[in-house]
Amino acid sequence: MSTVMRTGVEEPDGPPPALRDFADDWAGDQETFRHVHWGKAMMWIFLLSDTFIFSSFLVSYMTMRSSVVAPWPNASEVFALTIAGQSIPLILIAIMTFVLISSSGTMAMAVNMGYRRNRKATAALMFATAALGACFVGMQAFEWTKLIHEGVRPWANPWGAEQFGASFFMITGFHGLHVSVGVIMLLTVASKVLRGHYDRSGDYSAVEIAGLYWHFVDLVWVFIFAFFYLW
Amino acid sequence: MNHAPDPAPHPVAKAGHASGQQHPIGVYLKVWGYLFVLSTLSYLVDYFEVEGLARWLLILVFMLLKAGLIVAIFMHMAWERMALVYAILVPPLALGTLIFLMWIEADYTFWTRILFFGENG
Repeated sequence: MSTVMRTGVEEPDGPPPALRDFADDWAGDQETFRHVHWGKAMMWIFLLSDTFIFSSFLVSYMTMRSSVVAPWPNASEVFALTIAGQSIPLILIAIMTFVLISSSGTMAMAVNMGYRRNRKATAALMFATAALGACFVGMQAFEWTKLIHEGVRPWANPWGAEQFGASFFMITGFHGLHVSVGVIMLLTVASKVLRGHYDRSGDYSAVEIAGLYWHFVDLVWVFIFAFFYLW
Repeated sequence: MNHAPDPAPHPVAKAGHASGQQHPIGVYLKVWGYLFVLSTLSYLVDYFEVEGLARWLLILVFMLLKAGLIVAIFMHMAWERMALVYAILVPPLALGTLIFLMWIEADYTFWTRILFFGENG
C-alpha cells in the first residue's frame, strides 16, 4: 500500500490545504472544455441560463393559456396588416421572422470570414447583421405602438382573455431587449474588427462569441413565433 | 492527474494560423435557404388556416427543424466537443419536467374555474 503524498511543500502562510484542494479541483474545469475558448464556454453557459429564463416565460404563458376560461385572441387576426386594401394575416410577424433569419445568415458568414482573417468582409457582414437587427426592433416598436393604440394592455384587451396582453408584452419585450443589446454588442465588436484589434491579437474568437449570442436570439424567436404567434 | 497527451496545441494559441471553426461558406448558405423554406412553410400553415392536430404537428416539426439547424450549424454545436455539447444540451431536459407539471396544473385550474365560475357566473 502506498500512501498519497502531498508533493508540494506546505507554505506556512498560504491558504489551508482543504481550500487549496478545492481550488485545484475546480480549476480542473478548464480541462473539461478542452480546446474550447474560455469565452465561448462562458457564453454557452450564459445562453443556457437565458434558455431557462425564456422557458419560464413560455411555460407560464402555456399555463395561463391552457387555464383561461375566456377565449384567447386569434393571433392571426390581431397581427394582420392591411396592405393595398387587403388584410394579410400575420404578415408583419412573417417579415420580422425573415429579417431575423437573414441577420443570422449574415452573422454566420461573418464568423466564417473572421476565421479566414478577412477583416473588411467580417466587419461589413457584422454591420449588416446589426442593421437587420435594428430593423427588427423597429418593426417590433411599430407592432407595439399599433397594439397599444388598439387598446391592448397587460391587464386587458378588446378581444378576449386578459392574459394575452401580459404574455405578449413580457415575452416579446424581453426578446426585443435581447435584440437591442445584441445590436449594441455587434456594433462594438464590428468596430473593433474594423480597427484591426483582432488582427493584432491574432484571435477572432470574439466574433464567434458575439455570433453565438446573436444566433441564440434568433433561436428564441423561432420558439416565440411557433408558440405565441402560430399556436 | 492522468491526462492523455494533447495531440494538437490549443487552437487559440496558434496565432496567425487559421483556427477555430472553419467550414465552407456553402454550408451556411444552404442552411440559410432551409431556414427560409421552413419559415415560409410554418407561415403557410397559418395562412391556409390548417386546424387541429395537423396544425400543432406541423408547427412543432418546423420549429424543431429550425431550432436544430440553428444550434447545430450556425452555433457550430455539431462540431463541438462532447463535453461541451452535453453540458449545454442536457440541462434543458429538466424543462420538460417543468412543462409537464405546469400542464397538469393548468388542466386542474381550468376545470376548477369551469366548476366554480361556470354555472353561477
